[in-house]
Amino acid sequence: MEIISLGPQELGLSALLVVLLAVISTIQQLGIGKKILIAACRTVIQLSLIGIVLKTLFETVHLLWISLIAFTMLFIAGREVMARQQRRFSGIWGFGIGTTSMFLSSFVITLLSLQLIISPTPWYTPQYAIPLLGMMLGNTMNSISLGLDQLTREVWRGKGVIEARLVMGQSWQEAILSFRKEALRTSMIPSINSMAAAGLVSLPGMMTGQILAGNSPDTAVKYQILIMFMITAGAGFGSLCAVWLGARRLFDSRHRLRLDRLHPPK
Amino acid sequence: MLNSLKIENVQAVAGPVFSLTIAAGELLCLTGSSGSGKSLLLRAIADLDPCAGTIWFNDRKQSDTPAPLWRREVALLQAVSYWWHDRVGDHFDKPQEATPVMEALGLTREVMDWHIERMSTGERQRMSIVRLLFNRPLVLLLDEPTANLDPTTSRQVESLILDYKQRHRVPVLWVSHDLDQVKRVADRHFDIRSNQLLEVN
Repeated sequence: MEIISLGPQELGLSALLVVLLAVISTIQQLGIGKKILIAACRTVIQLSLIGIVLKTLFETVHLLWISLIAFTMLFIAGREVMARQQRRFSGIWGFGIGTTSMFLSSFVITLLSLQLIISPTPWYTPQYAIPLLGMMLGNTMNSISLGLDQLTREVWRGKGVIEARLVMGQSWQEAILSFRKEALRTSMIPSINSMAAAGLVSLPGMMTGQILAGNSPDTAVKYQILIMFMITAGAGFGSLCAVWLGARRLFDSRHRLRLDRLHPPK
Repeated sequence: MLNSLKIENVQAVAGPVFSLTIAAGELLCLTGSSGSGKSLLLRAIADLDPCAGTIWFNDRKQSDTPAPLWRREVALLQAVSYWWHDRVGDHFDKPQEATPVMEALGLTREVMDWHIERMSTGERQRMSIVRLLFNRPLVLLLDEPTANLDPTTSRQVESLILDYKQRHRVPVLWVSHDLDQVKRVADRHFDIRSNQLLEVN
């Protein structure tokens, strides 16, 4: 199969659609037109830059460079998780909880799949390692920020209930259990939904990309299944970890609810 | 002193520095304007907020007791009651055991089968007293336990608490805004005036 190459003309046409959307939004005074354009510009600039980076990286296979890129990606994702919290943890914890959880889940699962499942030689071959890690981080980041945001917002609102449970002699684990469950559910809904709807409602992005790029559907399917399982596992373990750390941080050693450890709402 | 609650130089987030001892079977009423730090003191004793100073119950320090155990023994009745299960009875291990206390407060045992939303403010307040006594606490900290109740029901709450205090010889710290009530129930009465704790005779 031949890959139909994309030139400036083709990309320009698709850009026109986004511009049209922005114009209509502005006419209707939805106040979102500018945001659409800015986000679209960011997509072009960020992806072009990462394209250049990846091209150089693929030519010089070196573990040090790959690690550097991997950790840069991790820290940017950690910052993003923090920025998406309405009531984030103050101090180092605001950044630390999300970043630690993403490191534990995304890095471990990417390493495992590189070593045991895909096994390229060397195992850190950037063509495999970087896109896999990126996909893992992106999805884990979404799950963790949903879960932490739900946890801190609901605990803030539910202070009375939690303290009433503590007053009854419950431990912090018992007092926050229902909030943890709800936060985990919220964080896992996107992964569960996308697994449940895969192939029926839409073809997942990666599979679509592979088919458009000329790969046979059955190869694309296999990779897609692998990716979806990894993503679900990564997002799940990541949120488990983040929500537990977050819940722990909301209480001190005397089982006291410490909302003073959260930033007041913006 | 056996089963007494001793508070030494305790200062909550804000408010005066408190030092007092409540003996077993003694009821101490605390009055003072809103914002004078009464509820904060109760929260500090129940170990809900960090505070300076030392608190003993029965010669055992608060900080040496596991927090959940401390809160079961030194029970706080908060001014607003919160419920987290759908049904009232789900908040109790053995709901049928609460029947005598409920009847003493003018509640029928059917309330246990109610949905939370069905309880009125006064019923919520009385049920939270039922819930509080259910743990068999050894110290009572009461934050305006009759604030939303009519005179008859208030009297029922008063005699229930007095009865519990007599029978189990527990120290009671009762925050109230009602001076007539203070006269009826208090063994001793303290008032917070200009950030000072004063005994009223």
